[in-house]
Amino acid sequence: MTIPSIPAIHATALVKSFGDVRAVSGVDLTVQPGEIVAFLGPNGAGKTTTIDMMLGLTPPDGGDVKVFGLSPRAAISRGLVSAVLQTGGLLKDLTVRETLDLTASLFADTRPVAEVLDRAGITDIATRRVGLCSGGQQQRLRFAMALLSDPGLLILDEPTTGMDVEGRRAFWNAIRADADRGRTVLFATHYLDEADEYADRIVLMSRGTIVADGATAEIKNLVSGRIVRATLPDADASELSALPSVDDVSVQGDRVTLHTSDSDALARHLLTYTAARDIEITSQNLESVFLALTSEGVSA
Amino acid sequence: MTTPIVPTAVNAGQTERASAGRVQLDRRVPPLGGFTLTYLRIELARKLRNRRTLLFTLIFPVMMFFIVGYPMRDVPLTDTAIADGGPSVAAFIMVSMAMYGAMMSATQTGASVAVERAQGWSRQLRLTPLNPLVNVLIKMIAGMLLGLVAVAATYLVGAISGIQLSAAQWISTGLVGWLLASAVFTTLGLMVGYLVPGENAAQVTSLAIVLLAFIGGLFYPVSSMPDFMQTIAAFTPVYGISELARAPLTGAGFDLAALTNALVWFAVFLVGTVVFFRRDTKRV
Repeated sequence: MTIPSIPAIHATALVKSFGDVRAVSGVDLTVQPGEIVAFLGPNGAGKTTTIDMMLGLTPPDGGDVKVFGLSPRAAISRGLVSAVLQTGGLLKDLTVRETLDLTASLFADTRPVAEVLDRAGITDIATRRVGLCSGGQQQRLRFAMALLSDPGLLILDEPTTGMDVEGRRAFWNAIRADADRGRTVLFATHYLDEADEYADRIVLMSRGTIVADGATAEIKNLVSGRIVRATLPDADASELSALPSVDDVSVQGDRVTLHTSDSDALARHLLTYTAARDIEITSQNLESVFLALTSEGVSA
Repeated sequence: MTTPIVPTAVNAGQTERASAGRVQLDRRVPPLGGFTLTYLRIELARKLRNRRTLLFTLIFPVMMFFIVGYPMRDVPLTDTAIADGGPSVAAFIMVSMAMYGAMMSATQTGASVAVERAQGWSRQLRLTPLNPLVNVLIKMIAGMLLGLVAVAATYLVGAISGIQLSAAQWISTGLVGWLLASAVFTTLGLMVGYLVPGENAAQVTSLAIVLLAFIGGLFYPVSSMPDFMQTIAAFTPVYGISELARAPLTGAGFDLAALTNALVWFAVFLVGTVVFFRRDTKRV
């Protein structure tokens, strides 16, 4: 990391509750300009609430968030940050071009409408009523709207929902090209392969907190090795974790889960020297890492 | 303030491939909270191509004037004969119908603010520099402009059908009717919109307006109603504003009860708007 510039996002101790439900409990996150960050987590993890706070759509109960050193609202007023949200509604009776003309008129400086139409791949449907556009086309329109202000930070909440494979590829190519120009991108996604393929950094969120945060390669290192599960009554976690090649142990009742770089040796040990039975060996992928990190009762 | 973008180690490689100009971080805030004529123009265009809006706001008042008002063009409204420059019942109906158009436009505008909020458009707009109050203001102006068109269209048809009023009467009835209908019924529309979010708001309000217009004496003079109806009518929201708008016509002079009626209903709808808006926000 080079000289610290003003971070694109600087969130400290963000807290937000809805009634008795604590949606976000203490999120600290700093994103440097130019980073592409994937925000991963199951439904209800607090991703959308966190994004809403970054955009000033929801006031935090506690903590603070700055976008390029400004309050979210001030950053939006300057067109420094824009977003494609799941919930953003569109006016069905406007045409695609009118929607963009209207949005463009609200900013002090914008890119030409023709350019963002082209970038989002919707030039051919510019005169179509929004209500007649498919879900994927509407999603591209939202993307075009977000591009108008040429934002320094682009926040995307499940941006490719409803897009077909071709649309998804075109979308990510556009995002990638933007990042090359220095645009910071933070996107929430369900698609782990998208995070893996397009992000420089992955932030995993669960139950309102960040459970893992690292370069995509680091997160992928968690993926190497195998998982060995066995039924082992009265298992001693510290004894198991002391075994060679075991990186991580978790015990839930009689069931133990071990992360290892040598599953053969571990299985042999368990079957020979312990009462372990029902042994199950699986290779890891991002999905399983994700599940392990974000499910309950997992040691870090 | 200029902030240089410093690439992180991670994507420094990609940065070298950069082609187009860098993303600039030195930005301006638009003036007037994002108020633009483009938005106003698009709002007007939306109204003008919405057939239902045109039907209820422009065509219906003109049509009703022809059906109800035109046959009464020779019936004097006051003791002054029409030949002596007195207003006809047709003029009375014309003012009423013009107000109806302005009311319809205002109510639909108010309701649409709430409907668009329920549909998430307001949330989309919050990603732009547009101030939410400026958004409501732009829509109110567009609604009032369409209301003005409705008033002008009805008056034009009235004038062509031979209704004769003094310049002061044309202007004062039109202006008072237009402004009062806009103020009271934009807030009514907002209130109902926040109370009944979604597409239903428009239907509910349209129906309510027709009923209120009837009992408030827009289609049928309150003075011709049975006594108990007259008493009820005096407490309904259309009554006050229509009495005030038609005062220059009847020569009845300033009516404190009518003004009180108009102000109280305006206050009721305004408070209702604030209360339901807050409740709506809490739910979201």
